Amino acid sequence: MSLNWYRYASPGKFYPVASKMIPWFATAAAILFIIGLYVGLFLAPRDFQQGEAYRVLFIHVPAAWMGMLLYILMAIYAGIGWAFNARLSSMMASSLSITGAMFTFLSLVTGSMWGKPTWGTWWVWDARTTSTLILLFLYIGFVSLQSAIDDPRRADRAGAVLALVGVINVPIIYYSVQWWNTLHQGATIRIVDKPTIAAPMLAAMLIMLAACWLYSIAVVLTRLCCAIIERERGVGWREEALTR
Amino acid sequence: MNWSKFFSMDGYGFYVWGSYVLALVAMCGEVLQVVRRKKMLKRQPQNFSK
Amino acid sequence: MSTPSQFAMFRWLVRRDLTLAWRRRADALSTLFFFVIVVSLFPLSIGPDTQLLRSIASGLVWVAALLASMLSLGRLFAGDYVDGTLEQMLMTPQPLYLIVLGKAFAQWLVSEVPLILITPLVGTQFGWTRSALLLLVVSLVLGIPVFSLIGSIGAALTLGLRGGGVLLSLLVLPLYIPALIFGAGAAEASLASGSPEANLYLLGAVLVLTVVFAPWATSAALRISLE
Repeated sequence: MSLNWYRYASPGKFYPVASKMIPWFATAAAILFIIGLYVGLFLAPRDFQQGEAYRVLFIHVPAAWMGMLLYILMAIYAGIGWAFNARLSSMMASSLSITGAMFTFLSLVTGSMWGKPTWGTWWVWDARTTSTLILLFLYIGFVSLQSAIDDPRRADRAGAVLALVGVINVPIIYYSVQWWNTLHQGATIRIVDKPTIAAPMLAAMLIMLAACWLYSIAVVLTRLCCAIIERERGVGWREEALTR
Repeated sequence: MNWSKFFSMDGYGFYVWGSYVLALVAMCGEVLQVVRRKKMLKRQPQNFSK
Repeated sequence: MSTPSQFAMFRWLVRRDLTLAWRRRADALSTLFFFVIVVSLFPLSIGPDTQLLRSIASGLVWVAALLASMLSLGRLFAGDYVDGTLEQMLMTPQPLYLIVLGKAFAQWLVSEVPLILITPLVGTQFGWTRSALLLLVVSLVLGIPVFSLIGSIGAALTLGLRGGGVLLSLLVLPLYIPALIFGAGAAEASLASGSPEANLYLLGAVLVLTVVFAPWATSAALRISLE
C-alpha cells in the first residue's frame, strides 16, 4: 500500500490526524516525567562536588536543549513554508514559537537557581547566558512581529526571514563554552565517546529530555490545531470535523 | 527513606524544589492556555464563513 | 536607451538619497544631537567621578551610537514606501541587493559619519587619551555599518506596520548585541591597555558577513512586505 504523504500537507487533512495523536503524546510525556523525576530525585546519587544542588540540572539541561532545538525546528518549518508556499508548515513554525520561548525562559530561570548555590551568584554575563538571553529576545521578536501583521501570509513570510536570520545564534550558544572561557562547563554528554557522568544521572537527564520532547509535541500540535481552525474559516471540512 | 533529608536536599531544597515548581507552573500554564484556546474555538458558531 | 551599469545605478541612488537627506537636514542633525545628549546624560546622572566615567565610557558611547542608529532606521524606507518609489525599485531589472546596499550606504553617510566625527569631542568629556579615542573611532567605523545593515532588515520587515518604531527596536536589538560586545570590548581593551586586536578582528568578521548577507535578507523582506 503506497501512502501519499503529501495529502497531509493540507491543513484540512492533517487536522484529524493531529487531533488523534495529541492524547497519546500527552500521556507518554506525563509518564516519562514521572519516571524521570523518580530516577533523578531518588535513584541518582549525590554529586561529589555540588551535593544535592546539581539535581536542578535534570530540568535545566532539557529545557535549554528544547529551547535551542525548537528554534531550529521553527526556522526550518518557517523556511519551508516560505520557500514552498506551504501554509501548514508556517502554522507549525508559529505554533513552535511560544513553547520554545517558554523553555528558553525556563532554562534561564532554572539556570539562576543552579547558579546561586554553585557559583554564588544569580546571574553572570558569560557567553552562554548572554546568547541564551538573545535567543529569548529572538523568540519574543518573532511572536511580536507575527502578531503585528494582519495579513497571515505576510506574517508567515516575515517571521520566516526573522527566524532564519536569528538561527545563527543557536550554534553560537552551543559552541560558546568551547570558544570562550566561561563559567559553564564543557559538554558532558558526547554522542560518540563514553559520557563523563554517572549512569543514573545520564539516564535521568535523557528521560527528562524525552519527556520534554513529547510534551512539546503534544502542546505544539494542540496549538497547530487551533491555528488550523482559526485560519481555515468557512471551509467545508471544518464544520464536519468539529461536530464530530 | 529519610523524608526530611529528601525535602531539604542538604539545605539546597529551595533551589531544587523551586526549580521544579517553576517548571511545573510554566508547563501547566502553557497547557491551560492552549487547551482553553481550543475549547473557545470549538464553541464558536459552526457556520462561520468569511 | 542603454541600461545603466550597476555601479552607475548605485552611484545615482546614493546621490539621490544624499540629496533628499540634505533637503531635510534637520532629521540627520537631530540624530546627532540625540547621540550627544544621551552621552551627556550619564555624567549628569552618575556624577562627575572621572574614574568611574572613564571605565564605562566605551560602552556608553557605543550604546548611544547604537540607539541613535536605531532611531534613524525608520527613515530608511518610509519615505520611498509612502510615495510609491519603493515599489518601482522592486520592479526594476536592477538587483534589489544593490539598491538596498545603496540606501544603507547613503544612510550611513548621512547619519553615522557625523556621529563618528563628533565622537572625539564627546570622548574628551571622559578624559581619554588620543590613542584610546582613535581606537574608539575605528571600532565605531567598523560597527555602525553593521547596525545600519542589520537594521535595514528590521526596517524592511516592519514596513507600514502600526507600532512600527518599538517593534523595530525589539526585532533588531538582539541582532545588534554581538557587534556591540565586540566593538565596545575593543574600545574598552585599549583603555585597560589590553589587546583590542581580537575584538577588532571579530568585529571586522561580523561586518564582512553582514555586508554579504544582510542586503539579501533585506531584499527578501522588502518583497514580502510589499506584496
